[in-house]
Amino acid sequence: MSSVLRAENVSKSFGPVEVLSGISLDLRPGEVHAVIGENGAGKSTLMRILSGHLQPTKGSLYLDDQPIAFSGPVEAESRGIVLVHQEILLAEDLTVSQNLFLGREIRRFGLVDDRAMRDRTRAILKDLGTAIDPDREVRRLSIADRQLVQIARALLVPHKVVAFDEPTAVLTPVEAESLFQIIRRLRAHGAAILYISHRLNEVKAIADRVTVLRDGRFIATRDIDGLEPLEMARLMVGRDMSKLYPEKPATASDQDILSVRTMSVPGYVEDVSFSLRRGEILGFGGLIGAGRTELFESLVGLRPSEGSIALNGRNVRFNDAREAMAAGVVYLSEDRKGKGLLLRQDLRVNLTLAALEKFGRGPFIDVPAEERALDTAIKDFDIRTRRRDLLAGQLSGGNQQKLLLAKMMLADPQVVVIDEPTRGVDIGTKEQIYRFIASLAEQGRSVIVISSEMQELIGLCHRVVVMRNGRIAGEVAQTDLSEDAIVYLATGVHEERAAEIAAGQA
Amino acid sequence: MTETVLRSSAEKRRFNFDMRALSPFIALIVLVIAGALINPDFLTASNLLNVVTRSAFIAIIAVGATFVIAGGGLDLSVGSMAALVAGIMILTLNGLGNPGYGTLALGMLAAVGLGAACGLANGLIVTFGRIEPFIVTLGTMGIFRSLVIWLAAGGTITLRNSELRELYRPVYFGDVAGVPVPILAFLAVAAVGALILYKTSFGRHVIAIGSNEDVARYSGVPIWRVRTLTYIIQGICVGIAILVYVPRLGSATPTTGLLWELQAITAVVIGGTALRGGLGRVWGTVVGAIILELVANIMVLSNFVSEFLVGAVQGAIIIIAMLVQRSLQRGR
Repeated sequence: MSSVLRAENVSKSFGPVEVLSGISLDLRPGEVHAVIGENGAGKSTLMRILSGHLQPTKGSLYLDDQPIAFSGPVEAESRGIVLVHQEILLAEDLTVSQNLFLGREIRRFGLVDDRAMRDRTRAILKDLGTAIDPDREVRRLSIADRQLVQIARALLVPHKVVAFDEPTAVLTPVEAESLFQIIRRLRAHGAAILYISHRLNEVKAIADRVTVLRDGRFIATRDIDGLEPLEMARLMVGRDMSKLYPEKPATASDQDILSVRTMSVPGYVEDVSFSLRRGEILGFGGLIGAGRTELFESLVGLRPSEGSIALNGRNVRFNDAREAMAAGVVYLSEDRKGKGLLLRQDLRVNLTLAALEKFGRGPFIDVPAEERALDTAIKDFDIRTRRRDLLAGQLSGGNQQKLLLAKMMLADPQVVVIDEPTRGVDIGTKEQIYRFIASLAEQGRSVIVISSEMQELIGLCHRVVVMRNGRIAGEVAQTDLSEDAIVYLATGVHEERAAEIAAGQA
Repeated sequence: MTETVLRSSAEKRRFNFDMRALSPFIALIVLVIAGALINPDFLTASNLLNVVTRSAFIAIIAVGATFVIAGGGLDLSVGSMAALVAGIMILTLNGLGNPGYGTLALGMLAAVGLGAACGLANGLIVTFGRIEPFIVTLGTMGIFRSLVIWLAAGGTITLRNSELRELYRPVYFGDVAGVPVPILAFLAVAAVGALILYKTSFGRHVIAIGSNEDVARYSGVPIWRVRTLTYIIQGICVGIAILVYVPRLGSATPTTGLLWELQAITAVVIGGTALRGGLGRVWGTVVGAIILELVANIMVLSNFVSEFLVGAVQGAIIIIAMLVQRSLQRGR
């Protein structure tokens, strides 16, 4: 079968380092072609090359078997290659139709023709099988609807190839299923779909062919028939997945260290109660937006809340993160770049920021002591940095996470809350972080892991509490830990139904 | 990939950072050379000492502004605040009446105390009111200014007791071992400022808040206290500047301190402090204040531009300084 878009031996280097080497890929009309790989495998780089955002260093692209070099995304789009971005890039205060036609407004006598745009919008949205009001402000749409608008915007131009970058990251399984129907409809119209994801069940449900990348290299392209998620995982990681998680330390005592009763965070969390034992690793699962982050931000005094918190049997209330830290409770934000580290400051300043009072010498800061602490942290946490005077923003995601861990451990906490500990972290570092979390429990500290990666919760935690819509939906004990159990609680969808959705037969 | 991209940019950044720290000093040298070429009287000890002495008020205020701006804030009220502090100080001295060092000390205390109180007001409204510092200090700028006009009834507030004036005179006109007192004052303020900003945990917290307030909050930095303190430091600096200013003319008028906020912020920006916060350069600020005064001096000594246009030139300088900062940033 002829291909609509083909990459031949494409390589991409930034400076002397090759992030993609010799990738070949062909997209056929009427197929869904999934590209899978770990974080940092080069999926996004490949997609950015195919959609004209980046130029390949070596190799060439062929559009309808003609060699082509895109000058930029605008040219690629005019040739019918559109990209649906992972982040929602819409102007929140504008209406759906205003967003759809932003920068390409339909004009009549030099003025914008709102009626024509509204009608076109309605038609396109209907085509996607949805009835969103074109006059509604985007601010008032759900995340899933916003994504539909974004897809509609991408499809406004004539398209031969549609690329999706992790489109289901923010969707519930039901919403994801309606997205799959849209993708199938596009496929039926003869478009080629490039689908980037690391959710393997989803890939199994939607894709016709799968290309696997690992460390910027091409590993395989396979038909989906006969390719099971387990095999995909093996191809992606290139080794046995079972060694990723350390042994769960048998350290959980039956003594409660933290007990939270009827905690509410206005607008996010309602009536949540749970307790944490000494030496325990407690997981918090749920969909994005279930209120987990907000719950723990308010626990450490970063948000106003109601309810009672008992630490070591004593009632406490923290007004800010400083008080929580002094009491031995720390929270590591999921938003490392925005809330965890000062990207424009160096490692030493970042490391000691939360525990600066421990580095005082009279009224002044004891810089040599800070330097010693940095030496220790680099060694203990295996922070890989070429130079000690780098800025935090220049570290890789994994090393930033290690620096953040080191920073918060300076407070010598009893309770460590880690929000999405391995987001944007490569697989090798993941393993180190998991081992580190296990060692915290071995030292008798208690850890709460908030994660949207169900495998991570299952592999790491003694017990998992699942939240849905700001409430606790249930708890899964160690012996019952399974993806099905967590998905069921997180979505409220029955297991059989969830399995059907996962298999794409809804 | 990230590794290499970062490596090259790190080296570039390092170079640029040096450029940014050095550029005010280079500009200073260029200006001195230009001044010497334009008028032979420029490069005399008396002229240069005079220039630096005149820059003292702005330099002292700008050291305070360095704290506010490095912490991600802004204070537009310093000029009006200076006028108000000067007015109240003179009224206090007049009210106390009897000439003596005790009276002088009380007046000085009133000035610094009022400066601190004005800064506290700015700081509390910004932190607890959660209002943009631009708006808050724009409001207090109007309030302070009209208060001094009201106190002066539209005229001039003058230090009436001539004995007290004689007693106070040396604070502006005197010298220690040939160095005028105002220069000593601003060197002292800058040295203390640098010590606080670079060597204490409070200074580290100011930079952290200016860098990223969320990170600071999540790290347990007491945001409102640190931020309010930067405005208080700014107010104290205004108070100290006024201590040196009052003996010069012995009066305060509705136009006292006019456009000082422009000059102070310009000095900070010329000095290399990032206007978006997270980087403070106290010594750069001092050089920036001297540069401003040098430009005015060169304008007076030369016949190129009317000296009435000093404000226009200073306004142009802040814009140019921002453009230079921007282009240095883009390089990294």
